[in-house]
Amino acid sequence: MAHSHQIVTANRLRDGAVVYLTAQGRWSETLACGAVVEEPAALADLLAQAERSVADRVVVAPYAFAVTPRADGPHPVQKREQIRAAGPTVHPQFGRATGLACAAE
Amino acid sequence: MYRYDEFDHTLVAERVAQFRDQVNRRVAGGLSEDEFKPLRLMNGLYLQLHAYMLRVAIPYGVLSAVQMRRLAHIARKYDKGYGHFTTRQNIQYNWPDLEDVPDILEELAEVEMHAIQTSGNCIRNVTADQFAGVAADEFDDPRVYAEIIRQWSTLHPEFSFLPRKFKIAITGAPNDRAAVKVHDIGLRMVAGPDGTPGFEVIVGGGQGRTPMIGYVVRDYLPVPQLLAYLEAVLRVYNQFGRRDNLYKARIKILVHETGKEEFTRLVEEEFAAMAGEDPPALPGAELARIRAYFQPPAYADLPATTPELDLALAGNRAFARWVKTAVAEHKQAGYAIVTISLKPIGGIPGDASAEEMDAVADLSERFGFGEIRVSHEQNLVLPDVPRRDLFALWQALDAAGLATANVGLVSDIIACPGLDYCNLANARSIPIAQEISERFADLDRQHDIGELKVKISGCINACGHHHVGHIGHIGILGVDRKGVEFYQVTLGGNATESAALGDIVGPSFSGEAITDAVETIVATYIDRRQAGERFLDTYRRIGMKPFKEALYAAH
Ligand code: HEM
Ligand code: SF4
Repeated sequence: MAHSHQIVTANRLRDGAVVYLTAQGRWSETLACGAVVEEPAALADLLAQAERSVADRVVVAPYAFAVTPRADGPHPVQKREQIRAAGPTVHPQFGRATGLACAAE
Repeated sequence: MYRYDEFDHTLVAERVAQFRDQVNRRVAGGLSEDEFKPLRLMNGLYLQLHAYMLRVAIPYGVLSAVQMRRLAHIARKYDKGYGHFTTRQNIQYNWPDLEDVPDILEELAEVEMHAIQTSGNCIRNVTADQFAGVAADEFDDPRVYAEIIRQWSTLHPEFSFLPRKFKIAITGAPNDRAAVKVHDIGLRMVAGPDGTPGFEVIVGGGQGRTPMIGYVVRDYLPVPQLLAYLEAVLRVYNQFGRRDNLYKARIKILVHETGKEEFTRLVEEEFAAMAGEDPPALPGAELARIRAYFQPPAYADLPATTPELDLALAGNRAFARWVKTAVAEHKQAGYAIVTISLKPIGGIPGDASAEEMDAVADLSERFGFGEIRVSHEQNLVLPDVPRRDLFALWQALDAAGLATANVGLVSDIIACPGLDYCNLANARSIPIAQEISERFADLDRQHDIGELKVKISGCINACGHHHVGHIGHIGILGVDRKGVEFYQVTLGGNATESAALGDIVGPSFSGEAITDAVETIVATYIDRRQAGERFLDTYRRIGMKPFKEALYAAH
């Protein structure tokens, strides 16, 4: 498969913000903090965790999307996910830093 | 303007309280997302790419200064300081927090606004000519009937779960500014045999993935029979409309599949059954009660022009150019209708900051009776400006950055939110609009090009009206090709009386090439036009071929 690297994302229940599931099972607003998995089993595991977060009312509508791992962090393959990660391209002032290393998590 | 009565206030207040409870239960765990989603949608709350989006109805596009200030306040307090006026005469907030939404709805209810029926398979916000009640070419005031339809359709139990959403548009003028032929039902006011006003009823128009021009089911419907007839149409739709396939659920598909004659027969049969000998009529007293809300304001006896105005028109080119595009004829001598462009060069079509909303509210009081309209072309309108004040108004608008003289011209672009916000999008719309607007920034050039619209949708749902333009148009549809944004171009469409859908020019263009393509189309028109021809006229005369050749010659 061309894009076997995946990250699990969702929108946070309280404000709808785009979040990524980290390797520690938390949700981060930073794309680079998302856990990148390759194996179907690992992905199934992340998705199962995400569903538990849905049940716990932390996030809604989780799913996995394809990324290309790069030196500066994972890069979403689809335009849609690039925009979700960075914010509306027409409002740079509301944007978020992408491509940065995962600092906080 | 219509004012809520006791019943309206109670209904909206109860609805806010109910939604507050639903949000609390969602956050506390009493409601799952599957249970909550339809409830939030019924209150206009969507989940978009980056955040929730709240869609607030502006019934038939009419706002008071007080309401506009409240919209500004909400943008400031609960959002990121701006709102987006849409082609359906709504306003959308792009960043509210879930738990703030009940407060927002409460603040809206205080000024007689709400978000009910801005989503879901019900009768949506009724749209109307933005010049309703003031247009010189108007036959009768459509706001009266739009309000009657609004009251009748709000939480109508029989029509809360239709096969799909249902949109009604109404115009009282022969110059159709409400795009009535591309709505589920379009109503156009016409004179009956004895000259009394009635409606031409058009059914089955629509945009989306299957654009269709509606057809006339009734040439003339007497005013008192309006609701009974709408009910007949909706009953036929409710009964026979397809619920098995989301993409075939709109009434246009039913009309298409049933055939016009048979569909008309079904409606007339339903109407006759309901009516018996005596068609159920709108009570005259009720009609009079609603009409009273829309009495013309206290117009003064004002001159059509003044020496100062003549002087300004002759001496100030920028002002004269603005007047040419922004000012429309008012039915009352001495007054003008002014369209405020929400399309500054390089701006986001339809976006307004809280400051701009406040400025417009102030100006509507200073230069009118405190009323504002929202047009389906994503602009604002001051309906009652004394002509002698036009220069002062222009100066004030200019100071607020709201005097772009481009209404109806190539940079007066309609664009949906597209992939910058929308969950369903294939491609971005706004940056394309911005780039085209920048490319044609020169107003002299825009005025030379004349009436021409660019309309951009980020996907086949066509929220940006890319199928139809007002005066001929360039339609741009964003498509996804393996994760890359591409843009398909259509030409010719027209949303007015002679409504026609655009034709696709050929293979789609990349995001980098689309602005050049628009420029090539415009250049071809300039090159080939004859004296006095608008873009649409030239297109109709010479057809697609010369445009196609110019666009694809190099490839
Ligand atoms: C951002 C969230 C939005 C969503 C999820 C959305 C969704 C849709 C969908 C699914 C359709 C197709 C309906 C059908 O063909 O049955 C549609 C049509 C349409 N929408 Fe939107 N839309 C959104 C925003 C807007 C905006 C911002 C506007 C106004 C600028 C708008 C105005 C329209 C119009 C005019 C149509 C075509 C008329 C018709 O219903 O046939 N929508 N929308
Ligand atoms: S046309 Fe498509 S992309 Fe644009 S707002 Fe409508 S659904 Fe979203």
